[in-house]
Amino acid sequence: MITVDNLKKDFDGLQAVDGVTFSVSPGEVLGFLGPNGAGKSTTMKMLTGFIKPSAGRVSLYGKDVFTQAVEAKRLVGYLPEGAPAWDDMTPERFLAFVGTVRGLAEPTRSQRIAEVIKLLELEPVCGRPIEKLSKGYRRRVGIAQAILHDPRILILDEPTDGLDPNQKHHVRELIRGLAQDRIVIVSTHILEEVTAVCTRTIIIANGRILVDCTPAELEARSRYHKAVALQVPELDEQEVTRALGALEGVLTVEVSPNHAGRYTVVAQEQADLFQPVCQLVQEKKWPVEEIFMERGRLDDVFRQLTSSRKNEACEARVA
Amino acid sequence: MNSITAIFRRELASYFATPLAYIFIIIFLVLSGVFTFYLGNFYERRQAELAPFFMFHPWLYLFLIPAVSMRLWSEERKSGTLELLLTLPISLRSAVLGKFLSAWVLVGLALMLTFPLWLTVNYLGEPDNGVIVAGYLGSWLMAGGFLAIGSCLSASTSSQVISFILTLVICFLFVAAGFPMVLNVFQGWAPATLVDAVAGLSFLTHFEAVSRGVLDVRDLLYFLVMIAFWLLATAIVIDMKKAD
Ligand SMILES: Nc1ncnc2c1ncn2[C@@H]1O[C@H](COP(=O)(O)OP(=O)(O)O)[C@@H](O)[C@H]1O
Ligand SMILES: [Mg+2]
Repeated sequence: MITVDNLKKDFDGLQAVDGVTFSVSPGEVLGFLGPNGAGKSTTMKMLTGFIKPSAGRVSLYGKDVFTQAVEAKRLVGYLPEGAPAWDDMTPERFLAFVGTVRGLAEPTRSQRIAEVIKLLELEPVCGRPIEKLSKGYRRRVGIAQAILHDPRILILDEPTDGLDPNQKHHVRELIRGLAQDRIVIVSTHILEEVTAVCTRTIIIANGRILVDCTPAELEARSRYHKAVALQVPELDEQEVTRALGALEGVLTVEVSPNHAGRYTVVAQEQADLFQPVCQLVQEKKWPVEEIFMERGRLDDVFRQLTSSRKNEACEARVA
Repeated sequence: MNSITAIFRRELASYFATPLAYIFIIIFLVLSGVFTFYLGNFYERRQAELAPFFMFHPWLYLFLIPAVSMRLWSEERKSGTLELLLTLPISLRSAVLGKFLSAWVLVGLALMLTFPLWLTVNYLGEPDNGVIVAGYLGSWLMAGGFLAIGSCLSASTSSQVISFILTLVICFLFVAAGFPMVLNVFQGWAPATLVDAVAGLSFLTHFEAVSRGVLDVRDLLYFLVMIAFWLLATAIVIDMKKAD
């Protein structure tokens, strides 16, 4: 259990984190989502006891991060932003050092090192100095270091930043696999990551929590939630738009400027348009190539939440 | 204790993973040879002792120690490993001590490798080996004082160059405080206690006695207190400037 209470950090007048409060239970994968400079990393640095907050408290399973620092830090595995590591060491020695400092005794230490090396597929680079590794390997070494002692709390700051799509996929699978009866907090500015790995998201901007909900709830906030998208080429655009727009519960019909024949029927609140649209298609015998219901567009919600300052205050109250 | 040892070993290994340790040791050996034989008139003195060797150590350290200490913390700051290190379950004290000890042992190693000089004086005559041992001990303690200053200044910046220069300047002040020249400036007007206090702060004053074989507890204590003070300052500086 993590409890964070009214956490603030003031960097010489710049309020990087401004009153953040939340708690996380085992089994949750919490995604910190926010634009660059939102205060995600600063919050994580305070959760892991690296920097002292200007105000507020953090407790990890009842241990205060600042008054019981060493005990609290034992519970945590942490990947700092950019995956720093001592460049002159090889991954093997690096992990051995971290294992020793984490209090893993032989033979457990060697066993765990072998396990994480296998898990993160580090075998080919084990004996090479970290400074010579590619960004992807470097990041994986950082993750290996964080999970080495099988921590109850895992905090990963942008774990997939700089990885190629395959590596991203691999790391996300890994995080999902690690989540059982553990607390995982990942930060990201990539939206798809939230739906891919998180059970809960906190959107943060300008140091404040805007929304704290599940990814599904977040999608439900989109104006495209339950919108029906269909692909009907070779028809008069105006006629289709008019016919769709006449249905009950339709807010607007959007025509994609990039895709010919792509229509999005945006629903009014609570309206369920899928059946009516299907019926219409059958009546009119439109040659539909594709039809589906959207779950909601995260980027749209995200932009809406984080762009205007006015919105922010009101959304914070709603959340 | 376990974590101090782990950090100590990691640091020492990293000195030797780069050419730094080797370069330091070689330069140290070459310069101490040059100083002793050319500037110290080792042969002309016709005395079996290592006084001319030890005499130059404050000057040798003045330039060489900042080169070792500059990376102690600046590099951790720059590469972001400071965050990694300080979020491991170790106390700041262990980190500061482990790092300091590794640098101190490196200098001790360089010092030990000057043993051919010691063999030479024993071959040439009959030196007082007790004095020589005291000299080595004193020199190593003094190196510890320089290193502790360097540790603190290295903690204050992420630039190794700035760390080097600051350490050089502060160490120079601590050496120079014992110069007759400097002391004369004070002698005219300042109360005797102040003059004594300034002289008492100097590395030279304390090292001089030790290198002559006079092991006074106060001199040894001086170096130990210097080390403790500057290491404490290191921890405070890191704690205050962690986020930068
Ligand atoms: N050490 C620091 N000193 C001053 N300002 C900082 C420091 N670290 C971060 N900031 C500022 O705090 C804000 C939040 O930064 P950060 O937490 O790194 O954001 P994120 O990780 O969400 O991109 C930014 O405006 C950043 O410039
Ligand atoms: Mg960040």
